[in-house]
Amino acid sequence: MKASRHDTALGFADLSGVPARIVRFVVYTAMVLVFAGPLLALLVSAFGAVQDPTGFTLIPRRLTLDNFRAAIEQDVLKYLLNSFIVVGGGLLLQILVSISAAYALARKRFPGMRLVFLLILSTMMLPEEILAIPLSLVLADVPVVHVNLIGSLFGMIVPVGAWAFSILVMTEFMREIPIELEEAARIDGAGDLRIFWSVVLPLCRPALGVIGIFGFNMIWDQYMLPLLVARDSAQFTLPLALRSLRADEQVGVGVVLAAALLALLPSVVAFLGFQRQFMRGLTSGAVKG
Amino acid sequence: MAAIAPPRAGVRRTPAPAPPGTRRVRMRAGLVPWVFLAPALILFTLFKFVPMARAIEMSLYEVRPYLGDRWVGADNYRQVVTDDTFLAAIWHTVLLAVGQTGGSIVIGLILALLVEGQAKSLWFVRTAVFLPTVAAMAVVAEVWRILYYPAADGTINSILGWVGLGPSQFLNSQDTSLWSVMAVGIWRGAPYDMMIFIAGLAGVDRTLYEAASVDGASGWRRLWHVTFPALRPVFAILLTLAAIRGMRVFTEVFLLTNGGPNGSTEVLMTLIYKLGLERNELGVAAAGSVVLLLATVVLTLAVQYGRARRADR
Repeated sequence: MKASRHDTALGFADLSGVPARIVRFVVYTAMVLVFAGPLLALLVSAFGAVQDPTGFTLIPRRLTLDNFRAAIEQDVLKYLLNSFIVVGGGLLLQILVSISAAYALARKRFPGMRLVFLLILSTMMLPEEILAIPLSLVLADVPVVHVNLIGSLFGMIVPVGAWAFSILVMTEFMREIPIELEEAARIDGAGDLRIFWSVVLPLCRPALGVIGIFGFNMIWDQYMLPLLVARDSAQFTLPLALRSLRADEQVGVGVVLAAALLALLPSVVAFLGFQRQFMRGLTSGAVKG
Repeated sequence: MAAIAPPRAGVRRTPAPAPPGTRRVRMRAGLVPWVFLAPALILFTLFKFVPMARAIEMSLYEVRPYLGDRWVGADNYRQVVTDDTFLAAIWHTVLLAVGQTGGSIVIGLILALLVEGQAKSLWFVRTAVFLPTVAAMAVVAEVWRILYYPAADGTINSILGWVGLGPSQFLNSQDTSLWSVMAVGIWRGAPYDMMIFIAGLAGVDRTLYEAASVDGASGWRRLWHVTFPALRPVFAILLTLAAIRGMRVFTEVFLLTNGGPNGSTEVLMTLIYKLGLERNELGVAAAGSVVLLLATVVLTLAVQYGRARRADR
């Protein structure tokens, strides 16, 4: 195998000639079919007349909105609204908490800083799943303030407010901002809050896109936390509702398809809209540990 | 300062202008970082560190609501490491973690090598392949339950039928259930690993490729001697992430099989969930959580330590 150029490891994309092109087309088509095919079939089938799982298909037959009508009768819009409330509130809180913590970590020197850093890093090893049992007790009676968050959407919003990944990405970015700008503002008599808000934050806008898209996906994908917090279907988020819709034999598979599509679209749209920021986040130091 | 590392104590980045002298002003300056850190530290304490402490505490008691807890010492842990259901769950968790990690890394690497490059069409293929990673696990699980539909004319069984393989029961049979769950994990994990590998491949020194070609190295040898060594840090990242994720596997199992059929896919987290939230055996469930936590910490530190040692050499 002789690559025509030296800019990729395998040179597969640069092979010239008709046979190579055919092989490439076949390989790429297969890749797209295997990985994107099932999700594309979900899109197609949700708009089709599907009686049972064997009707799952990539080829649209008869287009209909029946599945969505039935899904709306099953309160899917309420679940979707719950999901949006949780992701909206959770993301707003997460961004505020992250930029605030990052400002202290990136622009200040103080005793105990290393320890704080290690504590924040260590929370990456404490996911909701592993903490599920004691977390459900804490949610039922939050220490110090003694509030019960079970059965309220707040219980899904407040715990996702602090996320190590988001704080670390933001910290890394804030370190790059030249200190001279801050000093100039300080000489002009600006206080910390003023500097944070008018000097540092505006320069962090690109990073806000990164933590925004990652935070959105993280909160949208939450399963254990809503599972612990929801007391009944009134607090179900859409991902949580899929399971009970499936268990309802009367509803039929079409409703599950429509609901699953509604649960899929926001994350795909957000990803496509913020692709560049997504890639930056993937390759940032926070992922590199 | 590209990589994140805790700043060394005592390094002053800024010659901060001396504030007009009073001690009170300086005290306030000392409080400022803590004010900015407070929201994050309070939330982490309430929802990460307090539950962690509770888990350790509960694991030493027989937790009896309204009756008062009874100290049982290591009994709960003894149950975790001797009880057959727990041992089976530990085995399934390890198998699933190793299979999903290994499968995702190998397939992710192959995919990355195939779609590395600058062309527009490659960008399209990469984006399409990445979609499973973006989808919520709950959606992925519903889609795969449908794909795995065990009738002969179910989606995957139809495809198997074209190449002459008999219909499989997939999630519904003890023999295939764990492998079926693993395949879903790989399908969702491989594209993520692919993206990280692509980022790593972009950083490989191109002059080395040229040198290898001049020396007449074949494509395979070039991969083996130039590309893979350069990707070592990427492997370390992916293994660390996999160690943190693999141990806590819950959602896909919960939604695809909920541990069935007949316990063949029961992993630690689904078992702990059942014990803690359905059967109220909180002490034993907490002990299971602590074991998982320890395994996660040990694995993560082992990967990081191995990486540091390699970097020293």
